[in-house]
Amino acid sequence: MNFPLESVSAVSAANPWSYLVFGVIGFAFGYTLEMAGFGDSRKLAGQFYFRELTVLKVMFTAIAVAMVLLFGAVGLGVIDFNQVWVNPTYLGSGIVGGLIMGVGFIVGGFCPTTSLASASTGKIDGMMFMAGGFVGAFLFGETEFLFDHWYNTAGYLGRLTLDQVFGVSAPTVVLIVVAAALFMFWGAEQLERIFGHKDLAREPRLRRVGAGALAAAAVVVLAIGVPSIEERYQRVSFKRTETVTPADGKPQAVTRVLGADEMLAQRRVFVSPAEAYKARYQQAIKPVYLDVRSEAEFNLYHIADALHVPLARLPAIVPDLLAESPANTVFITIGNDEATAVKAWKLLVASRVPNVYVLEGGVNRWIATFGADDPALLPLPTAGADQLRYAFPLALGDRYKSCAPDPLHHENLAFEPRIVLQLKRDKSGGGCG
Amino acid sequence: MRPLFDRPEKAYLHPYLAGAILGVVLFLALLLTGNGLGSSGATSRIDAWLVDLVAPAHVDRTPYLLKMAGGDRNPLDDWIVPVFFGALLGGFASGWRNGRLKLTTTKGPNISDRTRWAMAFVGGVIFLYGARMARGCTSGQALSGGATLAAGSWAIMLAIFAGAYLLAYFVRKLWL
Repeated sequence: MNFPLESVSAVSAANPWSYLVFGVIGFAFGYTLEMAGFGDSRKLAGQFYFRELTVLKVMFTAIAVAMVLLFGAVGLGVIDFNQVWVNPTYLGSGIVGGLIMGVGFIVGGFCPTTSLASASTGKIDGMMFMAGGFVGAFLFGETEFLFDHWYNTAGYLGRLTLDQVFGVSAPTVVLIVVAAALFMFWGAEQLERIFGHKDLAREPRLRRVGAGALAAAAVVVLAIGVPSIEERYQRVSFKRTETVTPADGKPQAVTRVLGADEMLAQRRVFVSPAEAYKARYQQAIKPVYLDVRSEAEFNLYHIADALHVPLARLPAIVPDLLAESPANTVFITIGNDEATAVKAWKLLVASRVPNVYVLEGGVNRWIATFGADDPALLPLPTAGADQLRYAFPLALGDRYKSCAPDPLHHENLAFEPRIVLQLKRDKSGGGCG
Repeated sequence: MRPLFDRPEKAYLHPYLAGAILGVVLFLALLLTGNGLGSSGATSRIDAWLVDLVAPAHVDRTPYLLKMAGGDRNPLDDWIVPVFFGALLGGFASGWRNGRLKLTTTKGPNISDRTRWAMAFVGGVIFLYGARMARGCTSGQALSGGATLAAGSWAIMLAIFAGAYLLAYFVRKLWL
């Protein structure tokens, strides 16, 4: 089973259970916050006068525990991290918004969710905070147009995680955060002793055991590491529905689940040059041609509008492909023949980029289909496998006629359609932004 | 009604234990749904829903509301809305079970109830304004983004603490 579950990744009327799942998660959230004492504003505000650092302890314990479990599960291949919502980074609006939130926190004594726990247990100040919250959110909606551009672009860095920022593996960051959290807890207890006059001898000894367990778990996460591309590739599956007519003659729609290697073996991921070129004129899909060959070959000849991403550079742009492309984007990888393009395909599907296909026969087949009558392109019979099988008089890039076939001349090309558009989960269904 | 509301008041959980439970809840949310926790988004969605009831044309002219409630879009059709109402219910259930359901005001010793109410209201206005600007509050950004290692969420978390600590001295009358 692949987590997170596709069926409850967003609420939808088609699946009423999704409301229940999110409702139960919310219930557990509110219940826990109330049990932590966050219905009482004094417990929250005490944080900022070093009297009582419950906020810091609860928050960082929760972050550390969730992080260890999450990246442990990611390392074991249980959770696909690319399908987990990661808040996109907007440094400008994030930092200014954060500072404003800090002001609201110390003035109001709550944060939004703790005010829910407070209001629902009869605290009038919690109710007032909630009411104010509705006004504040309303005011933001009414004033956002004043700084719309800044809000949407200032310091925008997309899906960016700390391991990418520091250039280390995610489990390493997890271990560092856990170590930092444990150190902060020690410091927090010292502050409580000094400013809050708290007797640390009365604190449960069990907390040391917990700290040890957390640190040990973080080390285990580091030992598990991150799943290799190969491991992720083996877990990829595709759904294909086709109409089958059994012996008794009644056609039936059958949905089959296929592994990535099966898809390749059955040639279901190879789109013919005709389909690849027709895709450009379809309203429903947005083809992106990823040319994964060397720069020299790309300069000699490439399909119009192709993006040049050599195979070696492909892993670096996967996060962008996942985060930035519209849901109806179809990626078509292009090599000279198929070998390199298939490698690129494997890498992309292992990274869970949706709707990736391979140009059947590569550039060579493309030229054979659209440029066979171009006298400038001379066949090169000596070319080896996955090399260009044509000689080019000049490195014209996409300015050969066949790079952008004339739609009037090629209107009635026949092909077997292979592209099955899969709309990936709605990323706007994530986060609370 | 007595047995319902007059239960013995129990002590709060130890912070580390509460944090560990909260961490497991957050992990389960990420595991099952791919989403973390949150609540401030629901506040603005409920707002958008109300505005859409009263002035649908205004929604279609306001870029921020348009995204949530434009045309025939239902702003309440989002994961965060059931989480919001679930959290209200969960807080109530815990308060009831642990004998903490009481109409009262939590405040510092040196201010009146009315001052506390006014400040809570003003704080709510400011907090949610900032939360919508940062695209998430302490739950959606600091907690959920923190656990998924989102770089921007860590920046926001530091900014929240910075904002509160910087101002804390000047509003100490409210709490000390």
